[in-house]
Amino acid sequence: MLEVSGITQIFGGVTALEDVSFAIRKGDITGIIGPNGAGKTTLFNIISGIYTQTSGRVMLNSRDVTGLPPEKLAMLGMVRTFQNIELFGGMSVMENVMVGLHTRSSSGLMACSLRLPWSRKEEHRIRADARQWLEFTGISELADVTAGNLSFGKGRMLEIARALAVEPGIILMDEPAAGLNSQETLELARLIRRIRDLGITVVLVEHDMELVMDICDRIVVLNLGFKLAEGTPGEIQENHDVIAAYLGDDD
Amino acid sequence: MNRDLIKFLAFAALILTMPLALHGGYLMNVLVFVGIHTMLAIGLNLLLGYAGQISLGHAGFFGLGAYLSGILTATYGWNPWLAMPLAAAVVGGLAFLIGFPILKLKGHYLAMATLGMGIIMYITFNETIGLTGGPSGLSGIPAIAIGTLTFDSDQKNFYLIWTFTLGMILLTLNLANSRIGRALRAVHDSEVAAQVLGINARLLKVQIFALSAVISSIAGSLYAHTMTFISPASFGFNFSVELLTMVVIGGLGSIYGSFLGAALLTLLPEFLRAAQDYDIIIYGALLMVMVKYLPGGLVRGVPGLFRKLMKKRGARHA
Repeated sequence: MLEVSGITQIFGGVTALEDVSFAIRKGDITGIIGPNGAGKTTLFNIISGIYTQTSGRVMLNSRDVTGLPPEKLAMLGMVRTFQNIELFGGMSVMENVMVGLHTRSSSGLMACSLRLPWSRKEEHRIRADARQWLEFTGISELADVTAGNLSFGKGRMLEIARALAVEPGIILMDEPAAGLNSQETLELARLIRRIRDLGITVVLVEHDMELVMDICDRIVVLNLGFKLAEGTPGEIQENHDVIAAYLGDDD
Repeated sequence: MNRDLIKFLAFAALILTMPLALHGGYLMNVLVFVGIHTMLAIGLNLLLGYAGQISLGHAGFFGLGAYLSGILTATYGWNPWLAMPLAAAVVGGLAFLIGFPILKLKGHYLAMATLGMGIIMYITFNETIGLTGGPSGLSGIPAIAIGTLTFDSDQKNFYLIWTFTLGMILLTLNLANSRIGRALRAVHDSEVAAQVLGINARLLKVQIFALSAVISSIAGSLYAHTMTFISPASFGFNFSVELLTMVVIGGLGSIYGSFLGAALLTLLPEFLRAAQDYDIIIYGALLMVMVKYLPGGLVRGVPGLFRKLMKKRGARHA
């Protein structure tokens, strides 16, 4: 599904990532973990086309997507969410999700200005689809609320609903549990499983170990810009390098 | 019929019956300007209010439309109905080309770049004397005609201009409520989030810049044909700033707000004439007060202020 190979990122002499490679299987929930400064978010920004890496390749569905801008990646079926949720604060919850359907609609400037029959029909479909995603994420009662007024937890749900509206094959979530209380985190875990059940591959960067160990099929551990380990949650928990990186080395 | 359409029809009916109340006269001429300014404000609002991109050079596109139409008809004898769309196409194409490099810039830098763009156009109008007549202007621009009906009086021009203005209001309202309008607001609120959802923010910004220029150009052509005389003084930096003021005072991201802003800034100087030399001071003070107390613009601020007043009165009565 997604394959990164030899990713190196150097910021003005500082090596943030060095030769990181791994593959993510279709239909898996994969967690990327690591102590602060391990390079997780940098890696995400590279995969999602926001940064361009110093070297290395990203393959999506066996297609080389290295260096493609985020909007192209979205069309190829990859979306992401942000650690500090990026909502369209001035728009309603419903409209936010409707923006997610942008790539699933095609009316141009002319058709929209003239409200031609097909663009009107398309608008109806956009609204209906958006409502479905709001229901899927359990925030349909907030449809008319201005997104900027949402609580952090609901905002997170909205961001996920909006990303799902793109109908992606793979969704990248940057610390989805950050800022959520334990109840909201439980709901998030259930939601992520339901997203996987739709056939969508999930990749998350996460600090909440309980969540990661609970829902992930596979885990990639980064430390100081290197890939430290890769495996199932069970394997990672037993891995001495990982324990040393997190708890400090005794030797 | 939906509510938006009913609102629009009520607005159109209100505008189109105004001449009946005014019995012609000078105010009709002012209302022609209100119509032209409304178009310009809407064009700029699409860019500034919806897409969140500033332009300090829109008077240039207005002037370019006016001069292209003026030159093609007055000097080369074209029919205005041909000159207007050609001017719009040329201005739109030019804006598209200029837009690609400059819309990469953000904030103050974009303001500087568009300012430069406007100044270059203004200088061009002034210096290409053979074409534009230079500072003394271009005269003898024919009025627009449909068959034997020539739009040569304030009354006729009112209907001509407002037919265009109302049409433009309807089209831009539709656009604002469509997937394109949503994408524009999305780019405004968070460009990176819009991009990861598959919106080509850069292209969209350039497209809306070009559309906004096309609207300004059409307003310019209509201005040239209703005034029959144009000179560079109408298309300088001052006017770009005035347009910006109309959009902000009226309400960013509101089509009807653009009308309110254009109407206020066009009518106010006429009413302030009574104050003679002090008019400009009162004008400036009013703008400051409005920006301070109606930060969402007239379109949001006036109903809000009204509600506040009612609440206060209610509290006093209780």
